[in-house]
Amino acid sequence: MPDEIVISAQGLTKRYGATIAVDHIDLDVRAGEIVGILGPNGSGKTTTILMLLGLTEPTEGRAEVAGFDPLRDPLEVKRRVGYLPDSVGFYDGLSARDNLAYTGRLAGLSRREIDQRFTEALERVGLPDVGRDRVATFSRGMRQRLGLAEVLMKRPSIAILDEPTATLDPHSTQEFLGMIRGLKADGTAVLLSSHHLDQVQSVCDRVALFNRGRIALWGSVTELAQRVLGGGYVIDVEARGDAVRNQLAAVPGVVRVQALGPELYRVDCERDLRAEIARRLAPSFDLLGIRFAEPSLNEVYTRYFDEVRDAA
Amino acid sequence: MRRRGSPFTGVGVVLAKEAADYLSGARMWLLEALVFLTAIAAAYAAILSIRANIGESPFLFLRLLTMAQDPLPSFIALLGFLIPLVAIAIGFDAINGEFSRRTLSRVLAQPIYRDALLLGKFLAGLVALAIGLFSLWLLTIGLGLLLLGLAPNTQEMVRMLGFLVATIAYGGVWLAVAFLFSVVFRAPATAALAALGVWLLFSLFWSVVTPLVATLIAGPPEGILGPNLAYLQTAQTLDRISPNTLYAEIALALLQPATRALGPVLYSQVQGALLGAPLPVAQSFILVWPQITGLIAGMIVIFAIAYIVFQRQEIRA
Repeated sequence: MPDEIVISAQGLTKRYGATIAVDHIDLDVRAGEIVGILGPNGSGKTTTILMLLGLTEPTEGRAEVAGFDPLRDPLEVKRRVGYLPDSVGFYDGLSARDNLAYTGRLAGLSRREIDQRFTEALERVGLPDVGRDRVATFSRGMRQRLGLAEVLMKRPSIAILDEPTATLDPHSTQEFLGMIRGLKADGTAVLLSSHHLDQVQSVCDRVALFNRGRIALWGSVTELAQRVLGGGYVIDVEARGDAVRNQLAAVPGVVRVQALGPELYRVDCERDLRAEIARRLAPSFDLLGIRFAEPSLNEVYTRYFDEVRDAA
Repeated sequence: MRRRGSPFTGVGVVLAKEAADYLSGARMWLLEALVFLTAIAAAYAAILSIRANIGESPFLFLRLLTMAQDPLPSFIALLGFLIPLVAIAIGFDAINGEFSRRTLSRVLAQPIYRDALLLGKFLAGLVALAIGLFSLWLLTIGLGLLLLGLAPNTQEMVRMLGFLVATIAYGGVWLAVAFLFSVVFRAPATAALAALGVWLLFSLFWSVVTPLVATLIAGPPEGILGPNLAYLQTAQTLDRISPNTLYAEIALALLQPATRALGPVLYSQVQGALLGAPLPVAQSFILVWPQITGLIAGMIVIFAIAYIVFQRQEIRA
């Protein structure tokens, strides 16, 4: 069911002595949704993931993953969740097949299921012919793909991917993002932790921005942009002439104008102002184009942390 | 809050994988070769000596294990020295190796508890050790059969089997020590050094330390009226903290059937005894029962400490 909540957390908290790693976070993820987890190092992303997997106990609060409490039923949770840690490690002396057969057996798969799913998963991640090769001979990119193949073999209802593209080259990254979209198409909910904001923006439906153990911002990129950049609409305007910027800034509802090039301006607006901007510019300037621009997650992130720093 | 599901889910899978890794690994092959060669050389040297004095003892097979022939020490002395090394080599990187390979979180993300991982790995180490020792045991008997031309009698077989079990328990203690350090230290080299340090302490220095401590606790070894019994008992108690001492006492009582006591014996206790006459097998086992249970208990206690430490660790690799 698309609207079914598969991950929910209420007041989830983790303390290490006096240090608060995760501070009363609330989170919900629906089936078939890709949710990005962003934030600086040490902001609580990985600790949250570990709590959701039942690998570390929360100090306070509760979570439900795939219908089970990770604290009380960690085995049931882990049966339904595929986890790809950052810089995934394998037993180098074993073949790709033996590595995945081991975790497959731990996951309770039969020998026949392992054989069948292993072949399918390797094909899906673009490594169809390496099953018998020792993992020691694999590049980092191949290891990440093999890690994703392990997740696929489990056929999970939830996939948690921690920095999956951190060590990949641009081409492999694009392929990997395609595979993540494939998980969504299967109806798998994906929790994606990453520092690559453009990648998160390109695949995620919603984003949770962590800061000092709290979820500081939560929602779609457009919603985040509305809160942080002060406008929910970003419009790119191409126009030729003097003082275009001043004219744009004078339109009621415009929050900010940036010059991206000699004839290109980005306008943050409170509402859809394309018609008003066109009316204002057309008499005096050569209006070459006007269109919505996707608000940049990178910009949201940078602006948010600039504001946090300024406030401090 | 009580967790649901068995903590032993997946133990068998971990055991099978790890035992296969241990038994097929180059490290294990090298160590097994070292143990086999030295032990067989010691047994062979003992056989040559026994053949020259064939009528001296009814327990020729047991003498095969206990007789030293210059320049080689006895078979059991070599085992007592080398088994800890093999056990430490098996276990020093059991857990920290998973951290450094970054495989731990991947494995623990499968539906198993960390209890199963630790227990499965430990049992796999014990199985690998037992397979190696059992092979060596069979090889030694085979060598004795070939070169002595005699078969071991039932009493010898039972004693040798008991000794094999005790050797596995002795190896288990050192395996548990290695596991403990592999949990405590993240760097495998540090864990190996720490385990070797403990082994050196008990192998070389413990016999120097115990008389000093016993003297501090119970006074000098010699009193005005003769030997100080309190000193002897204290020194022996301290000595028995060392697994090496427990193992040596088991070997002595099981493989030298004439051994009637393992502690200080008063003159009144040996009145009427036929000195030099062998004890029945059951009596020898009763004599070393505390030592055998001591080794097994030591193994369990050290493993339990490793288990508790591991349970409290954060899994971030």
